[in-house]
Amino acid sequence: MTDFSKLNITSALLGLKNKDFKSVELTEYFINQINKKENLNCFITKTFDKAIDMAKKSDEKIIKNRELGSLEGIPITMKDLFCTKDIRTTAGSKILDSFIPFYESTVSQNLWNSGAVLLGKTNMDEFAMGSANTTSFFGNVINPLKSKNNDKDLVPGGSSGGSASSVAAGLCLAATGSDTGGSIRQPASFCGLVGLKPTYGRCSRFGMVAFASSLDQAGPITLTVEDSARMLQSMVSYDSKDSTSSKKEIENLLDYKKSDLKGKRVGVPKEYLLDGLNPEIKKAWDLGISWFKSVGSEIIEISLPNTESALPTYYIIAPAEASANLARYDGIRYGFRAEEKSDLTRLYEETRAQGFGKEVKRRLMIGTYVLSAGYYDAYYLKALKVRKLISDDFSKAFERCDIILTPTTPNVAFPIGEKQTDPIEMYLNDVLTVPASLAGLPAISISACLNSDSLPIGLQIIGKPFEESSILSAASLIEDLRGF
Amino acid sequence: MSIDNSTVKKVAKLARLKVDAKEEQNLKNELNNILEWVDKLQKVDTENIDPMLSVSNEPMSMREDMVTSKLDNKQILSNAPEKKAGFFVVPKVVE
Amino acid sequence: MEYLIEGKTGNWELVIGLEVHAQISANSKLFSGASTDWGADPNSQVELVDSGMPGALPVINKHCIDQAILTGISLNAQINKKSIFDRKNYFYPDLPQGYQISQFEFPIVGKGHLNIEIDGVEKSIGITRLHLEQDAGKSLHDQDIDNSFIDLNRSGCALMEIVSEPDMSSPSEAAEYVKKLRNILRFIGTCDGNMEKGNLRADVNVSVRRKGDELGTRCEIKNVNSIKFIQQAIEFEARRQVDLIEKGEKIIQETRLFDSNNLETRSMRGKEESHDYRYFPDPDLPPLVLNEEDIEKLRLKLPELPDQKKSRFIEEFGITAYDAEILVTEKYVSDFFEQIVEGRDSKIVISWITVELFSYLKRKNVSLEESKIGPEKISSLLDLIISNKISNRQAKEIFDEYLKSDVNADTFIEKKGLIQISNESEIEELVEKVLKENPKMLEQYKSGKDKLFGFFIGQVMKLSNGKANPKMVNETLKRKLSL
Repeated sequence: MTDFSKLNITSALLGLKNKDFKSVELTEYFINQINKKENLNCFITKTFDKAIDMAKKSDEKIIKNRELGSLEGIPITMKDLFCTKDIRTTAGSKILDSFIPFYESTVSQNLWNSGAVLLGKTNMDEFAMGSANTTSFFGNVINPLKSKNNDKDLVPGGSSGGSASSVAAGLCLAATGSDTGGSIRQPASFCGLVGLKPTYGRCSRFGMVAFASSLDQAGPITLTVEDSARMLQSMVSYDSKDSTSSKKEIENLLDYKKSDLKGKRVGVPKEYLLDGLNPEIKKAWDLGISWFKSVGSEIIEISLPNTESALPTYYIIAPAEASANLARYDGIRYGFRAEEKSDLTRLYEETRAQGFGKEVKRRLMIGTYVLSAGYYDAYYLKALKVRKLISDDFSKAFERCDIILTPTTPNVAFPIGEKQTDPIEMYLNDVLTVPASLAGLPAISISACLNSDSLPIGLQIIGKPFEESSILSAASLIEDLRGF
Repeated sequence: MSIDNSTVKKVAKLARLKVDAKEEQNLKNELNNILEWVDKLQKVDTENIDPMLSVSNEPMSMREDMVTSKLDNKQILSNAPEKKAGFFVVPKVVE
Repeated sequence: MEYLIEGKTGNWELVIGLEVHAQISANSKLFSGASTDWGADPNSQVELVDSGMPGALPVINKHCIDQAILTGISLNAQINKKSIFDRKNYFYPDLPQGYQISQFEFPIVGKGHLNIEIDGVEKSIGITRLHLEQDAGKSLHDQDIDNSFIDLNRSGCALMEIVSEPDMSSPSEAAEYVKKLRNILRFIGTCDGNMEKGNLRADVNVSVRRKGDELGTRCEIKNVNSIKFIQQAIEFEARRQVDLIEKGEKIIQETRLFDSNNLETRSMRGKEESHDYRYFPDPDLPPLVLNEEDIEKLRLKLPELPDQKKSRFIEEFGITAYDAEILVTEKYVSDFFEQIVEGRDSKIVISWITVELFSYLKRKNVSLEESKIGPEKISSLLDLIISNKISNRQAKEIFDEYLKSDVNADTFIEKKGLIQISNESEIEELVEKVLKENPKMLEQYKSGKDKLFGFFIGQVMKLSNGKANPKMVNETLKRKLSL
C-alpha cells in the first residue's frame, strides 16, 4: 500500500500510471485529511463532489491510457481569487461572499485541461492584501508548522496563506497562488515549501480577481522543485484574452534538470543585507552561497541601489491600481449589497463600507489619495519613475550575473496577532520580495534550512525575464544540498 | 505632506466608503504614517527618467472585429442582488 | 458676418468649442467581442468587461484603432505613434468597472483642422485631439417610481471623442462644423452619424466676452443630440450668460443639460459634485504603438472626402460650385448622383436631382435616404426623357405620382399610356387631320395671323392626348403650313 502522506506530484503521477492506486482513492484520502484539519481554516469553499467526479474521469482516462493530461488525476487546491465556473469565488471578501462566476479563469482552465482535480478554493487575505492571511473575511489561516519552543499558532504568511497551509498540512498535492508583492513566495517560505512567481505575462490574468494589474501573477506552491515545474508548465499559456499575456515561446520547464550550475554567475545584492535582517536568516543566506560555490558557480557581489525605494514604490502603485480595480464592487451587478434603498450614493458607501475589511479600505484610501488631483505627480508618477529605476537596476545587474540569490523574507513565520498593529511593520514583510515584482521578474522561494525554533527559512532566487527554468535549476540545487 | 480630517472625508467620498468619526481619526493617523513613510521617495533623483508604463515590452495584442460573445443576459444578471425585466435595478437616480 | 449678442451694456462675442462623441461603426465593442447591434433585449449584448465582472480583461478591437486613424487623417491631423489608455475613475451605475477606459494625456490623434463654409466664406476650425474611449451603459429613470434600471448593451461600445478648439463664434458655425464633421465621418464610414440613436452627440462649451477680451468662464452643455438643439442650446446659453454678467453676477464653470422642450439649459450640479477623475494609465493595456507603414496603408485606403469630391464634380461634370456643394453635403446624395450620372448628360441629371427631386423631398419633408428612392427610379425616367419617349413637361407632370409608385419609369409610362408619339407618319396624320378640321383658321393663318400657330399646336397635342412629341409637331406643322 502506498503511503499517500509521502506523495508529491511526481511520485503520484508515477503511482497513478502504474495503477498502484486510483485518483479517486487519492482524492478521498485528501478529502479525509481536509476534514481532519478543519481547524487550519485553509478553505473558503470545498468542492468534494466535483473532486470525486473529476477524479473518476481521470481514472477512466488512465485505464484507457488515452488523452492523458500532464497532471491527470492530481488533486490540488486553488486560491479563491481564480474564478471557477459555477463555484463560488470570493477573493476572501464579504463583498464577493455570494459571487458565483459563469466563466473560468485561464489558469484554472489550463489545469483542468491537464487533468488536475479540484479539492477546494483556499482562504486568502482579502483581495490578496496582506502578508499573514489575517485580513480574510473568512478568518485567519493557521500554519500547520509550529515552533519547537512554544505552542502558539503561527501565521502561514499571505496572501496565499490557505494555499500554502493546505500543501504544508498534506491536504493536497499542490496549490495555486497569486503573487503581487510576494504573496506566493512569502507563504511558501513560512510553510517550508517551494513557491514560484513567474515572469509578468507568463500566466494569463484572465479570470483572476485583480488586485494590482501590473504586478499580479499566478504561480504554484508545491512540495518540490520538480512539482513546481510540472504545475507551472500546465498553468502558463499565451492568452488572447489578456492584453499583457506574453507571446514568447514557452520552454520545457523540466529541462531545468539539464542545466549545469558550474560557472553560473550568482549575484548577491549587498542592499538586501538589511539592518533588521534576522541573523539566522543571514546565516541561511551564507549557507546558500556556499552551496553554489561548492558546485563551481561564481559568486558575484552586485548592487541594486534602489532597493530601499522598492517598498514605498510598491505601496503607492499597488493601492493606486487597486483603488480602480475594486471600484466595480458596488453591490449592483453581483456580490454583497447593503440594505439601503433611499439613495444611490448611500447605497455605494454603505455597501463598500460593510463589504470591505479594514486593510482593503486602508489601501483604497491610500490609492485614491495618491491619484487625486494635486498629488498624482508627487506620488503616483514619482513611483512609476522609481519603478523604472528599480527595473533598470536589475537589467544592469543581469549583465554581470545569471541569477540573483537573496533571502525571501526578513523573518520566519510569526505568531498570529503579532506584527499587525502597525500597518507599516506588516508591509515590511514584503521588503525582499517586492523588488522582483516591480521589475516583473521570475522568482522562486525554497526553504533552505530550519532556524533554532525549527521553523523554515526560505531563500529567493530571482531570474532574468522568461528564464523560469534557470531559477528552477538553482532551487533544485538547494533542494539537493539542504539535507532534508 | 500631511492630511487632515477634511481630506480623509474627501478621499472617502471619492472612494465611496462610508467612514464614521472614529474610523476617520484612525485613518487619518494611519494614512499620515504611511504617507510619511512613502515620502522618502521624494529624495530619489528621477530627473529625465521616464515613468514605467508597462512591464512587458511586447506590442499590445489586438482582436479582429468579430462578435465572439456567447454570454446571454441570464448569465450577466445571474448574480444581481436586484433585477427586473432584464435590467439591473438601483435606487432612483435623479438627473 | 459677425455674430454678436446685444446686451444692455453693449455687444458680446460668443466663443464655442465642441466635443463630439461619435460611436465607431464596428461589429463588436472596443474591448470585447459583444455585439454593437441596436435594439437587442436589455443586457443581452454584454461581455465580462462590459459588465465589470471580477477578473475581466480588455482586449482592443483593431478595427476601431484603424477607424480612429482614418478619421484623424481625414481631419488633417497628427497621428500619434504612441498613445496610452487611461482609466477615468468615477462611480455611476451605468459605468460597471467604476472607471471608463479612455485616453487622457496621450491620445491617438493630435492636432488637425476642418474647414467649414459660412455664406460662401471658408473658415478653418482647429481640431485639438481625437481619442478612443468606451461608451457607458444606459440608465432608465422613467420605468419605475423608486428605481432606475440599468442596461449595459451600449457599455463598452467604441467612441471617438473629437475635441475642437474654441474657434466657433456663432450657433450657425457650430451647426456647420457638426454637419461637416458628421458628413466626413459618413463619407469614410467610421461613424453612421445617427444623432437620434445617440451615435453622434456633442458636448458644447460656451462662453461670452467683450470683443478683444480674454476668454470668459465657460459652461459645458452635455450630450446634445441634434444639430438644431446645438444651435438652440448655444443661443439660450449665450443669452443666459450675458444676462448674468450684466446683472453683475459671475458665471460658474459647470456642466449643464439642454432641455429641448423648454428650450433652456439647466445646471447638473447635483450629479457632478467634486469630480476628480484620477486618470492613470490602465495597467491592463500596454501602450498602443503604431508604425508609419500601417498608417500609410490606411491613408491609401481613405475614400474621397467631401471637399475632394466637390472639386472633382466641378471639373468632371462641369457643374457649378453651388450644385456640387449641394451634392456633397451628404454622402448618400453624392453616391446617388454618381450612380445616375454615369453615362448620362450631367446637365439633365443635376437639374433633375437638385431641382425636381429636392423640391419633392422638401414637400414631403424627408431626406433622400429616408425617402427610399433609389437611383434606378430616377435614371429610368431620365432615360425616357433623353430618348424622347416622353417630354420634359410630361415627366414633370407625372413626377410626384411616379415617385410614389413602386414601378420603374417604363412600366409607369406604359400603364399611363404616356409613351410619346415620335413616329413621323403618325404625327403627320395628326397634323393633317387638325388642318382639315379647321379650314377657317387655316385661312386666317395664311392671311397673316401668325399667332394661330400656337392654336394648331394645341389642337394636335389635344388630339394626341398630349402624347405627341412637341418638337416634332412643331416641325411638321411649320413644314405643312409653309406649303
